[in-house]
Amino acid sequence: MTYLVYDGSWNGLMTAVFEYYEYKLCDVSILAEKSFQPSLLGNEKTVITDINKASRVLASLSKKLSSNGFGKLFPVFLSEQHGIEDQLLNFIKLVFSSDKSPEQAYGNTCVLTIDKVAKMVHREKHRMEAFIRFQQLADGLYYAHISPDFNVLPLIAKHFKNRYADQQWLIYDLKRKYGIYYDLSDVQEVTLDISESPTEGSIFHEDEVLYQTLWKDYFQSVNIKPRKNSKLHIRHVPKRYWKYLTEKLPA
Amino acid sequence: MSERIREKLQILADAAKYDVSCASSGSTRKNHNKGLGDTGNGICHTYTEDGRCVSLLKILLTNFCIYDCAYCVTRKSNDIKRAAFTVQEVVDLTINFYRRNYIEGLFLSSGIFKDADYTMERLVQVAKKLRTEHKFNGYIHLKSIPGASNEIMHEAGLYADRLSVNIEIPTENGLKLLAPEKNRKDMIMPMNYLKDEIIRLNDEKKSLKKTPLFAPAGQSTQMIIGAGAETDKDIMYTSAAFYRNFNLKRVYYSGYVPISNDKRLPALGSQVPTVRENRLYQTDWLMRFYGFKVFELLNDKNPHLDLDIDPKLGWALRNLSVFPIDINKADLQLILRVPGIGVQSAQKIVAARKFQKLNWEQLKKIGIAISRAKYFIVCSSRDFERRDLSETKIKQFILAESKSKYLKSSSQQISLF
Ligand code: SF4
Repeated sequence: MTYLVYDGSWNGLMTAVFEYYEYKLCDVSILAEKSFQPSLLGNEKTVITDINKASRVLASLSKKLSSNGFGKLFPVFLSEQHGIEDQLLNFIKLVFSSDKSPEQAYGNTCVLTIDKVAKMVHREKHRMEAFIRFQQLADGLYYAHISPDFNVLPLIAKHFKNRYADQQWLIYDLKRKYGIYYDLSDVQEVTLDISESPTEGSIFHEDEVLYQTLWKDYFQSVNIKPRKNSKLHIRHVPKRYWKYLTEKLPA
Repeated sequence: MSERIREKLQILADAAKYDVSCASSGSTRKNHNKGLGDTGNGICHTYTEDGRCVSLLKILLTNFCIYDCAYCVTRKSNDIKRAAFTVQEVVDLTINFYRRNYIEGLFLSSGIFKDADYTMERLVQVAKKLRTEHKFNGYIHLKSIPGASNEIMHEAGLYADRLSVNIEIPTENGLKLLAPEKNRKDMIMPMNYLKDEIIRLNDEKKSLKKTPLFAPAGQSTQMIIGAGAETDKDIMYTSAAFYRNFNLKRVYYSGYVPISNDKRLPALGSQVPTVRENRLYQTDWLMRFYGFKVFELLNDKNPHLDLDIDPKLGWALRNLSVFPIDINKADLQLILRVPGIGVQSAQKIVAARKFQKLNWEQLKKIGIAISRAKYFIVCSSRDFERRDLSETKIKQFILAESKSKYLKSSSQQISLF
């Protein structure tokens, strides 16, 4: 068994895929640095991320797959699931060994796994687009923090950029300790260390508390008591997301 | 100041909540002016404790009303607090909620004060202000006030994504009984005007390059379920006619929530017919996405939907001679009719079988509900239902299975907490 150890980046992973073919390896497992343990039995080979190699892999994948099928690969990677690199490699091997794109061969477990994980990540992306709650700070910045199950910030940037084109915003991932910041023209990745929510009243815009209160009021008012259905409610808004939802915070 | 606005919001949101339409989709208003917002697939930003999607700020401009419709909390004779927003207040609420990512946009309705045009004009002012002064590209749904003039409806179409008139009572007789001052014709008039206008502007778009967006998300309506004596057949035939005649995008069904002691209506405290409401929605989906005709699902022999089982299973059981079908050969249209197979799974089956013949294991992984589908299909396996089961037997088996599943999942729930 050969372990291809890469730096944890998408381009790093694609470089590893390139080298799998370049060195005609057969029995391999691809692992990110941070999950590799030197005690594992087998050869270790460090992959140095090479944009050139990575783009060649991506280019030929995009030729073989439909844009929909190709578009699933990056989100699958962002799922950060244990062993996802090997799943991706298996799928890519299948793609390169088939005449026509196998992306719809749902009878094949490997195809189905990619499809399922892509769906999971997509659902989390969608949830973040729904559940992010901005708070306006005194200097006008709209700030939100989240800790999504998967690393979806790269996937949601475009949505928020298009939607909030005329306001500055920052979305921070507490789990992965980085954020995306929009400065009215571009979105950039930023690393800061924010550990807790801003609690001091003074850092908020003077209207912030009023609108949070109005929103909580609104949430209460739209409820139709005779129809109460908590099970359904929790299925749609799982409890782990409540701590970031303004309407779910104590009054 | 803030106390007054809180009170208004409570009153006017409370009065609007019985309108169940929540969609914020079907429109694609891009953020072309570097303004605020865009409109796409519609997001549910949260869910009420009864599990309904919250995607729009849904409020009345005012709950003063000159009419006295029996089924409505806002009716003139009801002894409740009244309030009215100013145009600016609605604009500020919308913008500030939107900027915080609480909502996709605004759904503005109103009690009718003075007259139809006067009311409609105020609604249009809100939309116009949002679009022009605030460069707002989020979703706007306005209620069309029955009896409003064509000129005002035209303006409404220029600023709103969707417009709706709630016909509320599925039959004309029911309407006469419960809202004697209203007539179907007034309700239909703006709907008809908008339909023609949407078609006209769409045609124009083909010849002219730049035509303004005009109600890009179309029109919808709502019917109250269980306030009167209508059968499911009455309701769905009305619905089918509205889809056909007015190109409606959606019809909503809203189980009547008892709100008064009026003898003409179900008494206070009676159950909201949520199961029935759900069956009607399922029927609506079968008509719109599964290729069913309304008369296949409801007719003089079956004027009511079965509450125990969904309407697709009901249809399949009444038409056992169509089955079993071969999953590896049948047309998509037929696969869509199999209980336990949804639109997505049906499409996956048709795509996947080009690569290999599918067996039970694969069908299960694709996501079909084998426990229901197995009575109606064969696949690439020698295992299939060989007994010649009757309609009642299959129904019994399926019900027994879903009940045990239900029991299992509820006991799991308990152990989780
Ligand atoms: S006109 Fe509309 S708001 Fe007024 S009572 Fe009738 S349904 Fe209610």
